Amino acid sequence: MFRAENLRIHHIGPLSFSVKEGECAGISGPSGTGKTILLRALADMEPFSGRLWLEELSHDQIPAPQWRRRVALLPAESQWWFHTVAAHFPGGFPEKAAQVLGLGPEVAAWEIHRLSSGEKQRLSLLRILENRPRVLLLDEPTANLDPKSARAAETLILDFQKKEQAALLWISHDPEQLNRVCHTLYHLENGYLSLKGKVLH
Amino acid sequence: MVLLSPLDLALAALLIFINAGLSLLLRLGIGRQLLIAATRTVVQLSLLGFVLKFIFNLVHPGLIALMALFMVFTAGWEVMGRQKYRFTGPWSFGIGASAMCISSFIITLFALMAIIRNDPWYEPQYAIPLLGMILGNTMNGIAIGLDRLTQTLWEKKAIIETRLMLGQTFSESVADIRRDSIRSGLIPIINAMSVAGIVSLPGMMTGQILAGTPPMEAVKYQILIMFLIAGGAGFGTIFAVNAGAGRLSDKRHRLRLDRLRRTGRGG
Repeated sequence: MFRAENLRIHHIGPLSFSVKEGECAGISGPSGTGKTILLRALADMEPFSGRLWLEELSHDQIPAPQWRRRVALLPAESQWWFHTVAAHFPGGFPEKAAQVLGLGPEVAAWEIHRLSSGEKQRLSLLRILENRPRVLLLDEPTANLDPKSARAAETLILDFQKKEQAALLWISHDPEQLNRVCHTLYHLENGYLSLKGKVLH
Repeated sequence: MVLLSPLDLALAALLIFINAGLSLLLRLGIGRQLLIAATRTVVQLSLLGFVLKFIFNLVHPGLIALMALFMVFTAGWEVMGRQKYRFTGPWSFGIGASAMCISSFIITLFALMAIIRNDPWYEPQYAIPLLGMILGNTMNGIAIGLDRLTQTLWEKKAIIETRLMLGQTFSESVADIRRDSIRSGLIPIINAMSVAGIVSLPGMMTGQILAGTPPMEAVKYQILIMFLIAGGAGFGTIFAVNAGAGRLSDKRHRLRLDRLRRTGRGG
């Protein structure tokens, strides 16, 4: 469903791979190897050469803002610019999903500067899911979370994936987590992406 | 009129030296720039004094246009020099100079042809000082607006990119920054108009009165100049900030800070 063809970004590539509907591909690799840049390119945030395909359309056939709604990137560090949480959810605060992450409906009224980094991380996940992307690019989505919240975030992401048949690309430094959530495992090092194997659930 | 002797000016220059000394003492790092600017004032104005009479007698549209172009280009160069983050390639000069052209040039033409209506309309005694006053002030607005834009985009990169990743267009994600930059470029002239005649006595008007012009006539000219400057600063800043924001994005709605480079100068 989602395909990269001869992708080159700075020193990375050329690399080609594809992710199917409902599939989760994990990406591991040493720090500084360009995993984040790769995800940024997939969301068309970084100039690259090569071609990206979403279903039957290539990236240059879709206006960039629409592409990013469908191929959504959740960065490792979340950013906030309005005063309150609710202002960042123009379509209304998703109370049910928030409940899964242990955040009550009262959080919507909170001011941003009161939030902990873990709360911000969980809220940014809720925010990106509101776009209901076809492909979700996750850059260490649980890095700032305690084990319990991390598990809750995994559950929310996997539920979304099942319901929407979305494709996932998941960067993590935690091999156990990747084994838990992914079907396919890739390793990025020295600019090359290699298939490490399949995970049987 | 009281004539000033070189000694009088030397006394005034003492103030510049004291300030430069203070800068050294307080490590403000602005002393060098202050001295250079003061020297430029003396050299440039003296030169102008020598040639002004010649220029005023030079009622030739081509030569006046050449002089005006030289002034506009210098202003564009000056705008570029004041930026902390400069656009790479010819854009830094290009955006500043074209903004100066659009604002000051057109407004001066408008003032000469539609308001002052001298014969000929390009009479240098009016055209050159008018252009000079408008340029000097719109230049400030443009320089401040652009500087604010590039600095804020640089500082808020992560926020802008998050907004882009959530599917906003580049325009939406920088709308508030663009607005603030334009506003900050217009604040100096708004302030100047607000206190004109109460706190500050505008230089041109005061000069005219000192030289014997009836005060009300001088006042009318000053009001005209203020409005022209406000118009020029508005058009120029809006154009420059929009062109700058446009240059820092591409058709895939990315934030392209690689098209800026940091310089040691500016605030």
